[in-house]
Amino acid sequence: MTHIAKPKFHHPALPVNALGLTRRDYEGVVSTLCAGCGHDSVTAAIIEACFELDLPAHRVAKVSGIGCSSKTTNYFLNRAHGFNSVHGRMPSVATGANLANRDLVYIGVSGDGDTASIGLGQFCHAIRRRLNMVYICENNGTYGLTKGQFSATNDKESKSRKGVDNLYQPIDLCTMAIELGAGFVARSFSGDKRQLVPLIKAAIRYRGFAFIDVISPCVTFNNHAASTKSYDWVREHNAALDSLDIVPARETIEADYAEGTSLDVDLHDGSRIRLHKLAADYDPTDRAAVLPELARRKARGEIPTGLLAIDLDQQEDLHDLIRSHPAPLNSLTQAELCPGSEALAKINAAHR
Amino acid sequence: MQPTDVTDPEYFHKVVDCQWACPAHTPVPEYIRLIAQRRYADAFMLNWESNVFPGILGRTCDRPCEPACRRSRVEEKPVAICRLKRVAADYKGDVSARLPKGPFPRNGKRVALIGSGPASLTVARDLLPLGYTCVMFEKDPKAGGLMRTNIPSFRLPTDVLDEEVNRVLDMGVETRFGEAVTSLRALLGQGFDAVFIGTGAPRGKDLNLPGREEAAANIHIGTDFLKSVAFGHIDRIGRRVVVIGGGNTAMDCCRTALRLGAESVTVTVRSPRADMKASPWEIEDTEREGIPILDNHAPKRFVLENGRLVAVEFEKMRAEYEPNGRRRLIPTGEPPVVIPCDDVLMAIGQENAFPWIERDIGLEFDDKGLPIVDARTYQSTLPGVFFGGDAAWGPENIIWAVAHGHQAAISIDLWCRGEPLSNRPRPTTSLVSQKMGIHEWSYDNDVALTRRVPVPHADLDTALKSLKVEAELGYDDQLALKEAARCLNCDVQTVFTRDLCIECDGCVDICPVDAINFTQNAEETVLRERLRVPARNLEQDLYVSPPLKTGRVMVKDEDVCLHCGLCAERCPTGAWDMQKFTYGAAHATCSKVPAHVA
Repeated sequence: MTHIAKPKFHHPALPVNALGLTRRDYEGVVSTLCAGCGHDSVTAAIIEACFELDLPAHRVAKVSGIGCSSKTTNYFLNRAHGFNSVHGRMPSVATGANLANRDLVYIGVSGDGDTASIGLGQFCHAIRRRLNMVYICENNGTYGLTKGQFSATNDKESKSRKGVDNLYQPIDLCTMAIELGAGFVARSFSGDKRQLVPLIKAAIRYRGFAFIDVISPCVTFNNHAASTKSYDWVREHNAALDSLDIVPARETIEADYAEGTSLDVDLHDGSRIRLHKLAADYDPTDRAAVLPELARRKARGEIPTGLLAIDLDQQEDLHDLIRSHPAPLNSLTQAELCPGSEALAKINAAHR
Repeated sequence: MQPTDVTDPEYFHKVVDCQWACPAHTPVPEYIRLIAQRRYADAFMLNWESNVFPGILGRTCDRPCEPACRRSRVEEKPVAICRLKRVAADYKGDVSARLPKGPFPRNGKRVALIGSGPASLTVARDLLPLGYTCVMFEKDPKAGGLMRTNIPSFRLPTDVLDEEVNRVLDMGVETRFGEAVTSLRALLGQGFDAVFIGTGAPRGKDLNLPGREEAAANIHIGTDFLKSVAFGHIDRIGRRVVVIGGGNTAMDCCRTALRLGAESVTVTVRSPRADMKASPWEIEDTEREGIPILDNHAPKRFVLENGRLVAVEFEKMRAEYEPNGRRRLIPTGEPPVVIPCDDVLMAIGQENAFPWIERDIGLEFDDKGLPIVDARTYQSTLPGVFFGGDAAWGPENIIWAVAHGHQAAISIDLWCRGEPLSNRPRPTTSLVSQKMGIHEWSYDNDVALTRRVPVPHADLDTALKSLKVEAELGYDDQLALKEAARCLNCDVQTVFTRDLCIECDGCVDICPVDAINFTQNAEETVLRERLRVPARNLEQDLYVSPPLKTGRVMVKDEDVCLHCGLCAERCPTGAWDMQKFTYGAAHATCSKVPAHVA
């Protein structure tokens, strides 16, 4: 890790966003991860996405569990709310926070251990609940903090740094999320911010559970020639299915694309995703078709990336399902919170 | 773009903005680090090797390094390089044991040096250790040239001047002081192997306005006035003084007048204040002493009463700028301004004068009266006769004279050895990793956020009483340490090794100034716009790698790099490394005097 603080000086011509902030204003403390860790690039992508969306940091809540990945919420948006929770229990904390204050943007950062092993159940049920959050899994196929054991997402053919075979089948978090009905499912690569930043922006804008599986190489334990989660391997096998532009509300789309190569997705808040198809035969809105197609591509040795699946019809979240109060709890007054003695008498009468 | 050739000695040299801007290429960041380590004598020696007069320059340099300082591109003010140099000179202690000492074994060659200013002294210092006999001619009784005659002692104390001038003279210069050279032809007849002319630009310009002749007794040419004060010939002045001119000489004149007892001193400048030639810090010091500077005042006539000067009349002007940048001063039509005064000091510029050089000896002059001098070899059209300092191309400042002196000494040495003057020695460079541990460097890479530390001044009551009280007190060791920490260590270079890079983006993400990019290559103009922050400072280079595995190239905009080393700390493979670049400008003596080792 670096011993000095990142100097406060920034480039004098650094662009500012609608809030008058530079990208640097969205940073956190200096990372203590290994030099070259993919997670630091994901952090940089989150910073870039929040900057470009003009998000005020104090309207964001960062939540995480345990692991290298989960440390990273400290490295971005140091003016945001944050909760670094128990191993694998980030979805529960996020659910509680979201129920209390539905107006914040929830960004959860987890890893393959935190999500696919100890937190697998939590992950599945957060999807089922349609919790309105961005769930980023920084996926490196290894337990970096405990010195490089295989994680549950490590491909079977991917050996350890010392050549030990992996015995078990991997969990594919994306296909699992699609299966469980997640509204927004994407995969990306920490080394490709041009793909990753728009995906994070779209995920923040999407209402419902938005999952991004980011392959984020572990330089220390899983970036060797026999790994399928190394920088080189992912670059060689990366097959991007589409690319995104995010169009803010009220802005019309000027560019003209050939018929059938792009798809406009209207989001709940009035903004819009324009999806450019890179694979002509892949339609992320056709949930029945994407799973077999992803399986075919995986069998061919590809790593399909981009927006893998999106649910256009049901952009609704937990609050819609349980019909909760439309305002955050901290904004409710006593008049709204206390129904009065008449209502109490009614309830009591129902139990007689 | 083609991959950057970092083996070109000038590539990394240019990144060290201060050293690049310094005519003598003084290794600034290195001596600032030495000051921070309290190694003042080492810092002094490093300076002395390259600029000969650290104590003088630390007080009077025109500081081309400071506007160039990278710090001023990320923050308000540059590092106070000049005043740190003074710290090295003030606190060095006794360095006599480290200086080359004569007598040196003679090589039998005799060189005449005409004038005893910084250019001639530099030539002498460079040539003496090689065995040359240096004969220095000076019309004044003491050496130093304009450093002695035109810089008042409250800016440059005489003992500092004497110390640095004598340091050269004591190496064995043969002096002919108080002896003006009146004929170059006659001098050439004395059998010198080479002649160096460093006679400066001694003649102050005059202004022929109505009343000039009648009021001559109370109108003084600024440079002559300063010289008379320096040699003690003038020790008083009228009650009210008007100074005409906006350069550094004008600033020196008005402050001198104040110390000679003038009650009111007014500086008048023809042009707008922003166009004044004086250095901003000289203007600042002048105003600190309560002297008003009136800009846009063009002198029209000297007003006399009963044959005696009583005032100067001025016309108010305004400036208009043509599209090509040319300035025109136009009268505003306002009523004239009359400033009553008893004495006028005229400081409107200096020019060269060579009445002692015969025009038929093969030494050619241009139509402005300046000698024709080769810009690289400093040789005139008369082989064996060299020029340097203000004498060569008109008024500049001390550090340029030193740089000229070094080059002329190289030429004289080549000339006397019968080698072609184009056969010039190359600079010496080195590039060494500063890595000490995983994230430890041999330099302090933590960028200090402190603002420029003001230099303490003597209080005005004391300062204005005497010409001998130095106006600036200089930094003490604590202030020097604070200021030294502001240096960005631009000589510790970010060196990129293509074959080690795995394109993880770690350096891109951590760089505090968004200097590093991985992108498709293109021609320079396109590439400059393609970067994370477009590289629009065209004076600063792009550092471009050969193609990487993905076909992209690494492009680093050198412009505002803080040299904090975070790219190298964040690099998992050591593709980035922080390496100290040293650049030793070539001197005639470079093979004889060992380079400073820090």
